[in-house]
Amino acid sequence: MATITYSAPRSVDEAVHALRGANGAARVLAGGTDLLVQLRSGRAKPEVIVDIKRIPRLIGVRAHGGGHAIGAATPCAVIGEDPDLQKAWPGVVEATRLIGSTQVQGRATLAGNLCNASPAADSVPAMIAAQATCVVAGPGGLREVPVEAIATGPGQTSLSRGEFIVEFHLPRRPPYAADAYLRFIPRTEMDIAVVGAAANVTLDAKGVCREARIVLGAVAPTALLVPEAAAVLIGRRLEDDALSQLDAAVRRACRPISDKRGTIEFRTRVAGVLARRAASIAFQRARDRA
Amino acid sequence: MSKHHVSTTINGEPVEFLCETQHSLLDALRDELQLTGSKEGCSSGDCGACSVIVDGRLVCSCLMLAVEAEGRQVDTIEGLAHGDRLHPLQQRFLEAAALQCGFCTPGLLVAAKALLDRNPQPTETEARYWLAGNLCRCTGYDKVIRAVLAAATDVQEGARKA
Repeated sequence: MATITYSAPRSVDEAVHALRGANGAARVLAGGTDLLVQLRSGRAKPEVIVDIKRIPRLIGVRAHGGGHAIGAATPCAVIGEDPDLQKAWPGVVEATRLIGSTQVQGRATLAGNLCNASPAADSVPAMIAAQATCVVAGPGGLREVPVEAIATGPGQTSLSRGEFIVEFHLPRRPPYAADAYLRFIPRTEMDIAVVGAAANVTLDAKGVCREARIVLGAVAPTALLVPEAAAVLIGRRLEDDALSQLDAAVRRACRPISDKRGTIEFRTRVAGVLARRAASIAFQRARDRA
Repeated sequence: MSKHHVSTTINGEPVEFLCETQHSLLDALRDELQLTGSKEGCSSGDCGACSVIVDGRLVCSCLMLAVEAEGRQVDTIEGLAHGDRLHPLQQRFLEAAALQCGFCTPGLLVAAKALLDRNPQPTETEARYWLAGNLCRCTGYDKVIRAVLAAATDVQEGARKA
């Protein structure tokens, strides 16, 4: 095996420099739960590995602009243990906690889940529903883009050579707002989503929906934002016919594949059911926030 | 290129070793340091047989590069007993026959230790979810869970007596 250069820079600038100066293929190492498996299988053959976990800004959850910032290399377990984040973004936190085992939670990161670009990534629909953005560092400096701009297809991202994610921003939470994420797997733990569904809603003081985002996982090449599904919730209190319309709009938007985890028909049907349930949970959480 | 020189702490003792970039922490523990208690099951983070605790977090040592251990605190199965005195988890695993072939046992013990460090009195459900990343093909898990819950009580009682 060819020698792989490893560096663990202490600042964003040093990391950009290390990636830009790389001779040949470079890979960013955050939690490593995908990269190490790919190294071993031969799917990834980097000549340079840049470990971003020693950059202080990239680790931890903190207040930011009235909302939250999450360092790109923060382990999922740390995110799951943050009480403020849990209160503001229960859907993002429950999606994050679904990624892998306790051991994987101790290492895996939101940035890795996003940049691995699996259509079934659990945290991605929840982050998109939350209108999360990511700060991307690269040779041209920093830029902030919506999470949905990163994955472009299975295993593919819009990041250019030398770019990496520094942190995520979650916006300020108005009152009566909450989110939820559900996934379907054939057992209770340790599996890859057959379908995932995230809902994020903002209600007014009377419980009427003013804003909504519905995002699906594992039913398209990337996580799927469904504005038509969100639109049926606006001005509603989640009456039964609103739920039926949501279900129908979600099923129309799905364009899954059939594989060993589920058929097109099954995934489409389950997506509608999960979207209903996720929306119901998000509404209930938002009402409870009064 | 020369190997990386890594200085770390393993089971409370300062340790130095050499490794190449692609070597996992598990490779270094087993092949460089002869700490062969951590087992290589799947090498993909699915089975938990290589579980160790790094800076207080349970991780799969097959999913971490050895070079990443620089400056970290690593706790392995070899540090669980105090000399000849078994940890209550080890004692309860023996009493409950919570193992058959034993291959998954070091990983289960380390994972259970990490659980009790964080949650001294877990419920059965909490213990089952926490240990979902440790696969055992012999026991059916029931004896494992009973041993962990009994050990939790032992640790609590030990702490009260101390």
